[in-house]
This record gives sequence, structure tokens and C-alpha cells, in this order.
Amino acid sequence: MSTVKINRKETHSHHFSSMDQEHEAGKQGVWLFMVTELMMFGGLFVGYFIYRGLHYDAWYEGGSLLDWRLGAFNTLVLLVSSFTMAQAVTDTMQGNNKKALRNVIITTACAFIFLIVKYFEYSGKIHHGLFPGFDLWTYEGQTGENLRLFFVLYFVMTGLHGLHIIIGIGLMFWLIKRLRRDDFNEKYYTSVEGVGLYWHIVDLIWIYLFPLMYLI
Amino acid sequence: MGAHGENYINCEKGIWSWLTTIDHKRIALLYFITIMLFFLMGGLFAILLRLELLTPETLFMSSDVYNRAMTLHGSIMVFMVIVPGVPALLGNFCLPLMIGAKDVAFPKLNLARWYCLIIGAFIAILSLFWGGVDTGWTFYTPYSAKSSDAVTLVVLGAFVMGFSSVLTGVNFIVTIHKLRAPGMTMMRLPLFVWSLYSTAIIQVIATPVLGITLLLLIVERTFNIGIFDASLGGDPVLFQHFFWFYSHPAVYIMILPAMGIISEVVSTFSQKTIFGYKAIAYSSMAIAAVSFVVWGHHMFVSGQSDVAGVLFSVITVLVGVPTAIKLFNWVATMYKARVKLDTPMLYAINFIALFTIGGLTGLFLAAFNVDVHLHDTYFVVAHFHYTMLGGALMGFFAGLFFWFPKMSGRMYDEFLGRVTAIMTFVGFNLTFIPQFIMGSQGMPRRYHTYDGVFSPYHIASTVGSWLVAAGFILAIYILARSFFKGEKAPKDPWGATTLEWTADTPPIHENFLEIPEVTGRPYEYR
Repeated sequence: MSTVKINRKETHSHHFSSMDQEHEAGKQGVWLFMVTELMMFGGLFVGYFIYRGLHYDAWYEGGSLLDWRLGAFNTLVLLVSSFTMAQAVTDTMQGNNKKALRNVIITTACAFIFLIVKYFEYSGKIHHGLFPGFDLWTYEGQTGENLRLFFVLYFVMTGLHGLHIIIGIGLMFWLIKRLRRDDFNEKYYTSVEGVGLYWHIVDLIWIYLFPLMYLI
Repeated sequence: MGAHGENYINCEKGIWSWLTTIDHKRIALLYFITIMLFFLMGGLFAILLRLELLTPETLFMSSDVYNRAMTLHGSIMVFMVIVPGVPALLGNFCLPLMIGAKDVAFPKLNLARWYCLIIGAFIAILSLFWGGVDTGWTFYTPYSAKSSDAVTLVVLGAFVMGFSSVLTGVNFIVTIHKLRAPGMTMMRLPLFVWSLYSTAIIQVIATPVLGITLLLLIVERTFNIGIFDASLGGDPVLFQHFFWFYSHPAVYIMILPAMGIISEVVSTFSQKTIFGYKAIAYSSMAIAAVSFVVWGHHMFVSGQSDVAGVLFSVITVLVGVPTAIKLFNWVATMYKARVKLDTPMLYAINFIALFTIGGLTGLFLAAFNVDVHLHDTYFVVAHFHYTMLGGALMGFFAGLFFWFPKMSGRMYDEFLGRVTAIMTFVGFNLTFIPQFIMGSQGMPRRYHTYDGVFSPYHIASTVGSWLVAAGFILAIYILARSFFKGEKAPKDPWGATTLEWTADTPPIHENFLEIPEVTGRPYEYR
């Protein structure tokens, strides 16, 4: 609306009365958005548990077909990225944009590593005829159609999670651009904190996906 | 006054300034245009359906065409009219004004959700050119997984419109928590704001579940796999559980904001402090809370266990308590008051009368054993039209006639306004009371032909639908005309006491020249 470029370091947007208020509002908005993420994945987890109860054998066979070492490695990668992200938020709060930039870049690198590992996992599954869609399913297991259902949920849940990782990378690039421009300071760091919250939720969902899919 | 009579409507010019605006009042006007278009479209299908049902045999629609028209009527009215209706249009306009803020917390998201609605609606309506959808607005599996490809489009459209709903919820909750004017405590909020708040909570919590359900349906169709297909190990009833976990709370997304409007209108036109402010405010929250644990009453005959059926039946009856609290408080407000019967009040009385019938018949349907008899009959159809059309939309129009002078800066034709309120009331009852009767006698819903014994009821119902349609078309016409012609509206034409009436008419770009300081409760009439 306003044609004057607002200098984000000194003033709040037109409809707020202070920078504090703007920061609080932004933070609450991100938290509420996280609630919607949890509810969305919550639906999938409920589906997972119901079908697990119905087809226990298939779930056991499906879990054993996944490579837990790759899953564990990716879990580690995401935990490291969560740490560097949290560090980046602290850095911007202390006004150290340079250090924050370094940490965000490490986080982004971790996200890419995660996706690369996922790519090899997915292509391996497709190669073995374990992709349930189109006519790619050729695997002959002991639990038949029910095993296919397990892989439907595997691909939908990890796929949706992967999509969130990709969106996260987009957000990281946005942060990198703004950190290099030295946009943030002790009083204005809402964007970094918001992306941080998002990233932790994405990690948290994986923390649940890993044991449910690979281990039990 | 703003400088030289400047207000939010004329402060910027050109179509582009409207399409890129982030002023909540301008966005509300964008919603007015789009929602009224959708409303007319959904209404057109309703009229066509009723016309087809005039005779027991096929009149001009085949069963397939009838099913498609019915699906479109339901989908348009639910996803594009009633769900966004009150919060996005009236809520958007009033909320910041009522709490003394310059705008909502996230103005850009506010515009984004309008585009979400437009894009989603466009995708959904596009399905018409792919042969249409005949599943009904509930998209039940396994049929929806097997019928025409157009299902994917409508479901995708509903998914995109879901974003619109979530963004509304997030935006409103943050606005109410963080942007209240100094002195505006939670207990000084107008009751419309309380109802928007409880609605927003439902939108944030429930809508994502619908999103993931529809996404799973799209995946099932696109990849040709069976998530909800029993022959492939899936469970079709799980779809119903997921769907109603959203869609039952969603009926409160539709009705709660309308109830908020009624609180405002009843208090203003009774010229009296609202009776039981806290009870009404908390009952909104109670309805929101209970709404999440009653979804199973849609599935009494879907093969869920009897224990679950009995439990859901009992919990559902609980919804009647906070609802009755509201109704009694409104009536108590009107008791021994000097009630002014202007157009908004007439619509509010329509609401109170019709919604009471809708609510009470809801109790019949909540009773497990009675529902087995009434399930999938016209009784159900009449029941939810009494709550949705007689409740939500009557409340919506009460609010439109109440706040439109503030939005447009001009008064509408009061006499014609009252005529529309009476026309819709008479027509509505003529349409749906016969449906209660034939439903209880066993007329099943969703058929385009029927046994001749039901003929008189169907004829009455169809004639009534013409009266309703004429009433609403006239109502929209006089509102739209008032935007261009009509007397200039004063600041507070109704003598209301909430904050939005202290702003200029129409308000200036940032609502108030100075942020007001709130010192008392709303509705302090005497």
C-alpha cells in the first residue's frame, strides 16, 4: 500500500503501534501456523496407526524393507541442522548477522544432504518395485496388497515431509539474502525466529516418522 | 473526517489499486462482490433442483444432471458462500474497527486468502467442463475414488480454499490477541468479536485435517491406489471419520459468526445492554470445544460400533446447552425492551425463529435410534437448511443490512429491506416445512424422481423456493444499489454503541485519526 520503503531496522509497519507489538504478532502467527501443520500431519499419523492395527504383519514387513541406517543418518543430519538453526536465532538476537549467516548456510547444507539421501532411498525403492502408484508396483511380498498400503503411507508421509524440507530451503535462501544485507538487529529478528520455529517443527515430525517407519 | 472527505473507497483509484489493496475494508468489498456472485450461482442450482422436483417424473434433468447440479449447489454454498461468508466479509470489515485497530495483523495474508478463494473456486467450477461431479459435497469414498475425473478438480479446489480458511483463522486470532486498542480488554470485546475468535480457533485446528483428507483422496485417484478402498486393505469409513472431523466443526464455522451478528443486532435494536454478556461469550467457546467431539453422529448408520454411536449421541445433545444459552439471552434482551423493527432486526428475528427449529430438529437427529429412521431423508435436508439458510445466511443478511451503511456510506431503501426479510421468512418456511413432513414419512434425499404421494409437499416446496430466491435477489439488489444511490448515512444510523460506529462513515484509510482509548463495556445503553 504505502509507496515509501520502510526501513525495517527502525520502524514498525503502518498498522502496528510498536516494534514489540509487531514482533509478538508475527511470532504468534507462526505458532498458530505450526498448529495447522501438526493437525495436518496428525491426520496422517492417525491413519498410520489405524492401518498398523489392522495390518500388523504388513507393517512389520514394510519396516524391515527400509534401511534403518539411512534413516538414522538423516535423523542425525536434521538434529545438527536444528542446532545450527537455533544458534542462528541466538546470533541475530545478539546482533551478530555474520555468525548467523554461517549457521544458516550450514542448516541449508544439512537440508540438501537430507534430500540427497532421500533421493537414493526413493530411487532404490522404485527400483525394487516398491512404489505403490501407477504400474510400478512389482514387488511380491508375503503380505500382498497390505504391504502396498504401507508404502502408500510411507511415500505420502515422507514425501509431504520432504516437501516441507524443500520449502524450508526456500526460506533459508530468503534468510541468507537478508542476512547478507545486514537486515536484522537486536530489536528486529522476527523472520529468523519464525523460520527457526518452522524448521524445528519439520525436524520434530521427522523424529516421529523415523522410528514409526524404520524401527518398529 | 479525513482530509477533503477522503475515505477508504476513494483514497486510491483504478482497478489495480483494488486488486492489490491490503486495506481490510477494501478486501471486504472484494469479498462482497465475489461471495454474492457465488451465492447467486449456488442459488441458481437450488432453484433448478427444486424446479425438477416439481413433478414426480423427470421434468428436464436426467438423474446424472440432477446429481451434478446437487453437488455443485452443495459445494458452492458450503465452501464458497457460507464458510467464508461472515468471517471474510463482515468479520474482515468490522474486526479491526471494533477493537480499535488500523488493520488486521497480517494485511498481505489477508489479500492472499482472497486470491486463494478465487483460485480454488475457479478450479472447482472448472470441473463443469470435465463432465461435472456427482458425489455430493461430502465426496464419500469409495464412490468418489471411482467416479469421473472431475472429482480431482473439485477436491483440489476445496483444498486451495482451505488455505483461505486457515489464513483467516490465524489472522483473526493474532489480531484479537495483539491489536486491541488501549483499554480494550477481552471482557470489553463486542460479542461479534468473541464469535469470530471461537470460529478462528475451529478454522485453525479443523481445516488442516480436511486438507490432508482431500490430499489423500487426490493421491488415491492420481496414483491409482487404494487408501480408502476396502479391496486394497483400506478403510472407507476412515474417510468419513476424517471428513466429519473437519466438517462437523465446520458447521460451527458457519453458524458461530452469524450468532455473533445476532448478539450485536438484538442488543442495538432492543436499545438495551445485552443480557448475559459473559454467558454468550463463553458459550461461543463452549460450542467450539464440543464441536470437535461430536463428528460420529454423521455416521450412525455407517458401521461404526454401537458404543461409539451411543457416546456420540450423548455428546451431541450437549451442543444444545450453549446454543440454548445464547437463544435465551437474546430473548431476555428483547424482553420488555423497545424493539425497533428495522431490516437488520427483522432478519435477526428470522434467525432466532428458524434457527430454533433447526436446533431442535437437530436433537431428534442426534438421538441414535431416531436417526436410523430419519437418516438420508428430507428430514435431514430440512434440518440443515434451517440451520444453514435459516440460521447462517439469515444472520449473514442481518449483518449485511446492519453494517452496509458503514461500508458504503449510504442508506438503503428501508421499506424494501423489510419486504425482503418477510419474503424470505415466508418463502423459507413454505419450502422446508413440507420437507420435514415428507422426510418423516420416508422421502429419501438425493433422488430426482419420487412417489406421487409426496407430490403436494414438493409443489409447495418448489413454490416456496421461488419466494426465497426473489427475496434474496431483491435484498442483494437494494444493497448493491445503495452503494451508488441513496441518502448519505450518518456515523451511527442505528444508535449502536460499539467502537466501529465512532469511525467516519465510510471510514478513512486507517480507520481512526487517533487510536481510541476504551474505558467501558460495549452495549452501554442505559
